[in-house]
Amino acid sequence: MYLGPILLTFVVGATLIALYFIPHHQAQEINSELLLWATIVYAFALILGSVSLWSVHAQRIRQRISGWPFSLVTLFALLGTTFMGVAWGIGEESPLGRFYSMVNSPLASTMFALLAFFIASAAFRAFRARNVEATLLLVTAIVMMIGRVSVGEFIWRGFPGLTEWLLDVPNLAAKRAIAIGVGLGAVSTALKIILGIERGYLGRTR
Amino acid sequence: MSPVETWIAAFLTLCVFSFLYRDNPFYRFAEHLFVGSAAGYLLAVQYQNVILPNVVLPITTGKPTPQTIVLTLIPLMLGLLMVARVSPRFTGPARWAIAFYVGIYSGIAVPGYMQAQIYAQLSDAVKPFAPGWGAVNSALVLIGLLTVLAYFFFSAPHQGLHGVSARVGIWFLMVAFGASFGYTVMARVSLLISRVQFLLRDWLHLIPMS
Repeated sequence: MYLGPILLTFVVGATLIALYFIPHHQAQEINSELLLWATIVYAFALILGSVSLWSVHAQRIRQRISGWPFSLVTLFALLGTTFMGVAWGIGEESPLGRFYSMVNSPLASTMFALLAFFIASAAFRAFRARNVEATLLLVTAIVMMIGRVSVGEFIWRGFPGLTEWLLDVPNLAAKRAIAIGVGLGAVSTALKIILGIERGYLGRTR
Repeated sequence: MSPVETWIAAFLTLCVFSFLYRDNPFYRFAEHLFVGSAAGYLLAVQYQNVILPNVVLPITTGKPTPQTIVLTLIPLMLGLLMVARVSPRFTGPARWAIAFYVGIYSGIAVPGYMQAQIYAQLSDAVKPFAPGWGAVNSALVLIGLLTVLAYFFFSAPHQGLHGVSARVGIWFLMVAFGASFGYTVMARVSLLISRVQFLLRDWLHLIPMS
């Protein structure tokens, strides 16, 4: 039942909690060292992810699955960017930096810009003032959208102030309550993991 | 960007926008290129910022002390165990690395979330009200917080006073969701404007440079 890894999680988790309450500099140094180790393990986890991406696309190419030439693009891009970054660094003027501003940056921002159309079309189909709650959602969204552009102020001078009030008062109240709920959920899940009650992260038990 | 780079960026931008018509080979090319290059970029950044200075350099440069070697080898071993997960034969050893990583972040989460999410939000909510109209807003925020929390409290049925509070809480939640939705739409629209601006100004030179 994976007693060893569960024990390791308990020891590491309990140590981190204890170190938080010990202001001694040596305790803080141990804390920093453990966090650095976690950062290193995270970096290796990204290598694992890339190897996994590689094997998925290599298999698609080997088996000539429909659309396999696109997998070649992914593999070349993965290999090329990794090589550029490892060999020549990641500075803004490095080959990878220039590649990033030429390829990644436009692709990422255009992908997100594309969502503007889909959000608008989804909203047009889904937004119906069926009851009080739906009407509140609809009206607030419209006010926010009009109030955040200059034409909103042209229509009614109070729009920008109203949007600020919506963000600062009712939105803040709900977000604050959600943050408290999320915090309580995260703390209880973390405690369940440390105490070995939650073991799903270790995979299936045989 | 040089003219060639601008043309490549413009071509990729148009490839992604072509999806508005329907799924097509140009979009799929851009999509696959993005996945590969984003993964590679992330890997390169992690190598240069984490692995090189904390794993490679400490044991390859100068005269490493036994303490340095031990402190470098432990995370290196854990990292290699993580990568060993690639092979089904090493699933068991890889669990040690996963257990370590999950343990670290669970340990951070307990005091971290208590401090940053729960105590900080509660202390801000019960601060003395500001004078004038500020007091009305502060009272509304407090009422909103309590009613939304009442809605999320499922240990008792939503009836009577609790039911009324939960209903008011839903109204606050709907306003917040509407505000978030509107805000997200406008953020996406501003991204869209910047892409169109790039195409018309930087690529086609149809509008003057600011």
